[in-house]
Amino acid sequence: MYEYISGIITFSLIFVIATVGLAVFTGFTGLFSLGHAAFIAIGAYTSGILTYFYNLNFWLALIAGGIVAGAAAIVIGYPTLKAKLRSDYFAIATLGFGEAVRVLLENLDITQGARGLPGIALETTLPTVLAITVMTVCAAWNFINSRYGRAAVAVREDFTAAEMMGIDLFAVRMRSLVFSAVTAGIAGGLFAHYVSFIQPAMFTAALSTQLTAGVVAGGMGSISGPALAAIIFVAVPELLRVASMWRLVAYGFLLVVIMVYRPQGLFGYQELSGTFFRNYWQKIKTGYGTKP
Amino acid sequence: MFIQTLITGLAIGGIYALMAVGYSLVFSVLNFSNFAYGSIIMLGAYIGYYSLTQLGLPVPLAVLGSILGAAFLAYLNEKLAYSTLRKRNASSLFFMISAMGTAIFLENLVYATIGSRFYAFPEVLTRDNITIFGTSMGMLDVFAIVFSFIAIYALHYFLQNTKLGIAIRAASYDAQVSQLNGVNINKLVSLVFVLAGALAGISGVFLGMKYMVYPTMGWITNKAYIAAVIGGLGSLPGAVAGGLILGVLETFVSAYVSSVIRDVFSFSLLIVLLLILPAGLFGKYLEEKV
Repeated sequence: MYEYISGIITFSLIFVIATVGLAVFTGFTGLFSLGHAAFIAIGAYTSGILTYFYNLNFWLALIAGGIVAGAAAIVIGYPTLKAKLRSDYFAIATLGFGEAVRVLLENLDITQGARGLPGIALETTLPTVLAITVMTVCAAWNFINSRYGRAAVAVREDFTAAEMMGIDLFAVRMRSLVFSAVTAGIAGGLFAHYVSFIQPAMFTAALSTQLTAGVVAGGMGSISGPALAAIIFVAVPELLRVASMWRLVAYGFLLVVIMVYRPQGLFGYQELSGTFFRNYWQKIKTGYGTKP
Repeated sequence: MFIQTLITGLAIGGIYALMAVGYSLVFSVLNFSNFAYGSIIMLGAYIGYYSLTQLGLPVPLAVLGSILGAAFLAYLNEKLAYSTLRKRNASSLFFMISAMGTAIFLENLVYATIGSRFYAFPEVLTRDNITIFGTSMGMLDVFAIVFSFIAIYALHYFLQNTKLGIAIRAASYDAQVSQLNGVNINKLVSLVFVLAGALAGISGVFLGMKYMVYPTMGWITNKAYIAAVIGGLGSLPGAVAGGLILGVLETFVSAYVSSVIRDVFSFSLLIVLLLILPAGLFGKYLEEKV
């Protein structure tokens, strides 16, 4: 029983790491990535191959996975972000990127193709994941509250005005993208050393969608909201044992409903803190319809 | 071999062009990427398949059925998932998320109810070959080329010569000003989605006949998006040209190099194009509107 519970917690924390990374990107720059599963896949395969074939230390392999995923983000980000194209171009490019990475993984020799990579050392434990989650959330928190994070918010709200103030759009977007790719890569490495078997079919567009759904449902421009949403998204279906295919039906439905009725998500543009609950309590006391 | 590959490429390119036109039509008026388009195509293919096998309809009626069904679904999609956002004047990011949600919902609903089985269309046209100038070509390919060009030309005629078509073109330049000039933008958007849905129905049937019918077949619209970027987002002539170019190049790559790297090739083409020609061939929407 303890192993079952700790398994669910480990799994949802791995998911939290990736979702928080994506929250820094999508929630704070307003760009929509449809291929983040590719970064997770790159991190998982890089670290998995390094420990499996080259007997590298787990921690070094984890870092290597993050670095390679970050490098891939530069490759995909440079052409799409450099020309200040509409966000649609970026979404389409990441969509294609996600598929292309999966096809490559299915056909390379070192990844053993669609059969996957079995027997990766079981290195990921609950304390490891917990420590990395705390580190990621702290890093994300410091990142968005730094000069760079404030610049990213300015770009999201009005990029023309931000550019007038001397903010480099490309640098701001690129920095956030690389940050989210590195966290996704590390989450991938943790995943690979937790389940010990990876195959390309695990990193489909459905995974990218699940991440994006977590960010949107948790709230754009928030860190704690997406983190909470990620835990709910993994733990609730697991505890309720809902058939996995209906889970994705629910995600899609949820995304549309949130966009139509509550586009700010669960905790849009605010954090889960004492102030949030005080404001919320005030709202309940004074009644919903009345405006201040 | 060369001409045969070219014909196959043009047939696939024609279907890509059909999809890219439907996607660009919505993009040019509403200014967002309709990622739900692929799932409408998928449902159109299922409608075509079931009207052929279960209802036993003749081919023309089945095609008509899937055109009407897909058009109706696209209309519903707009009413349920986008119209509220449109009234709220939401940013295009929210439209994209809503579209993505619709796509996931529909795709997995089919997966959960009908199942992940691959269904082959009954062999209506697939087996026949005709020989012109010494090269034999599949009847289906010829039919796909002819039919997609008729559909695209009909749409072109409609947009150029009718009052509603002119209204759509006006709205694609500036929705607000066209509204001030007496265009009912709500009705117009519905019409745009019905037209795009009709194209989705046609391409769904052809895709189903050429390949198979399965829940994730809608992801082939990735190619339509890439085709639209090649031609320039929001441009209809660009979508046609982009679709044909992508279809032909892809077929040549899979015939002469390797069919495995076909998808990687299409994606690399997109990246290279974004670097050297970011506006595409006929692009008009390059940067975000303020």
